[in-house]
Amino acid sequence: MLAKSLNAVVVVLAGIGGALALFWLLNKAAELLPSRWERRLKPYLIILPAYLAITVYLLYPAVVTVINSFKDKASREWVGLDNYTSLLANSGFRSTVFNTILWVVFVPTITIVVGLAVAALADRLRARGEKFVKTMIFLPMAISMVGAATVWRFVYAYQPPGQPQTGLLNAVWTAGGADPVPWLQTSTFRLNTMLLMVILLWSQVGYAMVLLSAAVKAVPGETLEAARIDGANERQVFFRVIVPQIKGTIVTVGVTVTIMVMKIFDIVYVNTNGQFNTNVVANEFINQLTTNFNYGAASAIVVMLMVAVIPIMIYQVRHFKAEEAAA
Amino acid sequence: MSADVTTQAVTTRAARRRTSRSADPGRSGWFTRILLGTLVVLWLVPTVGTMITSFRTLDDVNTSGWWEVLYKPELWSRLTLQNYVDAWNGAGASNANMGLSFINSLAIALPATFIPILIAAFAAYAFTFMEFRGRDTLFIIIVSLLVVPNFVAFIPLQSVYNSLQLVGFPKVWLAHIGFGMSLAIFILRNYMQTLPRSVIESAKIDGASHYQTFYRLVLPMSVPALASFAIFQFLWVWNDLMVALVFLGPGPNEPVTVALTHLKTTLGLGWNLTTAGGLLSMVVPVAVFLALQRYFVRGLTAGAVKG
Repeated sequence: MLAKSLNAVVVVLAGIGGALALFWLLNKAAELLPSRWERRLKPYLIILPAYLAITVYLLYPAVVTVINSFKDKASREWVGLDNYTSLLANSGFRSTVFNTILWVVFVPTITIVVGLAVAALADRLRARGEKFVKTMIFLPMAISMVGAATVWRFVYAYQPPGQPQTGLLNAVWTAGGADPVPWLQTSTFRLNTMLLMVILLWSQVGYAMVLLSAAVKAVPGETLEAARIDGANERQVFFRVIVPQIKGTIVTVGVTVTIMVMKIFDIVYVNTNGQFNTNVVANEFINQLTTNFNYGAASAIVVMLMVAVIPIMIYQVRHFKAEEAAA
Repeated sequence: MSADVTTQAVTTRAARRRTSRSADPGRSGWFTRILLGTLVVLWLVPTVGTMITSFRTLDDVNTSGWWEVLYKPELWSRLTLQNYVDAWNGAGASNANMGLSFINSLAIALPATFIPILIAAFAAYAFTFMEFRGRDTLFIIIVSLLVVPNFVAFIPLQSVYNSLQLVGFPKVWLAHIGFGMSLAIFILRNYMQTLPRSVIESAKIDGASHYQTFYRLVLPMSVPALASFAIFQFLWVWNDLMVALVFLGPGPNEPVTVALTHLKTTLGLGWNLTTAGGLLSMVVPVAVFLALQRYFVRGLTAGAVKG
């Protein structure tokens, strides 16, 4: 144990030292060149290590993954579109995609609505009360999804009828005389998927709240005063004055949460591992990769996900360019 | 960027206070307070339940709800620390050793957090203060890579690692460095853009090289942004399950997140250890979070669209 912790410290120091040495060497190498070339090449040398990392860890793998998605299980023979067609022909996979779409539709929307409500209401508290409320709501964000799943097992737990219920939800449910429900195994109306979403909401609402709260506070007080003087009630002030002014932040939060939800994995993996009709795309990917060792299918799933991300990527780049132009 | 927002927020807030006194229609009524109070309680209940459960024996956990501890004083004497001891040492039927995996998590997260910072800071400096052809295009690549899901890399990297015969922690260190790089450059470059240009210009006129400007001026001035990224990356790596699962898997090198998953699966036996183990896994991120919340929030506002 001691050896491992020492090892970590040594690696940190060696890593930072190595990076320093690398940049020193690059600088020296640049200085050997004629000064005109030095000035021209130096920027590229400085960004080289970062781009090397990005190329090895994202760009090159992305290309390989696209290629692998047209090959067989072990990435040897070309199989054309077989991986895609057999995935899409499989009703289990279609249901997995449907579940993921449900996540993408519900989670960002509810996160924004609840986060904005908390941000706007807490803004009306005294400073200390506001800080307390916000910290409590924000805290789950620091916890891993695995940890969150552990925490929520005591809400969703199920014991057969007649035995004392150890899950909070069933305790409340059975208090009125109803039979206990195995919540996470009940896929009627995708109830279990919805309940898993609650866990993610619990952990992510704080994120939306923090960003939206900063935006709400940045709304100029005069605009609120003016609206009130003109006879607007608090509801109108909120929906007609505050919300239009923080639209940009709302979109940013929506985009960020959407990207995260498209890749949602841990919560499903730990709670149900995709059983009982709760599977999502990322969990299916891991199952294909680590259980079935079907690299073709796993790659095809990632490629579909990448295609789904492209509109967001385009939006992101446009948004960035607009901000740069405004700055 | 976000710093501006905060100061602005503070001043407008103060202004709002001054203009409107006790009859401020924007102040909270009892309804708001009750609503928020209820929400906070709802938010805390699952965690409180887990905490209480972590001190209970297996028999108690299986036969009664944790809330009974709240109103049945006769249960108090049965509370125990044994779950923590067992989870930490990997005792009993579970082979998950939270103590060992705790060290593993630290050994994974620290290098993965600190090594990318300098590399990214240099790149961010070049993007902010140097002119070169293709600069904007190269940066757009960073912006678009922010949203690419990192599991695109898993299969190709596994074969790269296999052919290099790489084993153990370096696999995850390098992976997290690669995955975190675009976000790091993005956050740092956005921050460096807000630094006063005149200071950097005058250093240049005084004959300072790019390296001197970077080490003596830009790096020290960027500490808040460096801290934001460091916290962000640390929490991300500490809480990561997927990368660890794929590249390390269960075994002697597993971090807390992986240990927790098979603590859960090997224990059809009972919940008592998962709760203690789960809480142990949360101690570090929650402490980091509470201590450095301000920087974390700034990191979030600065560009939290990691893919």
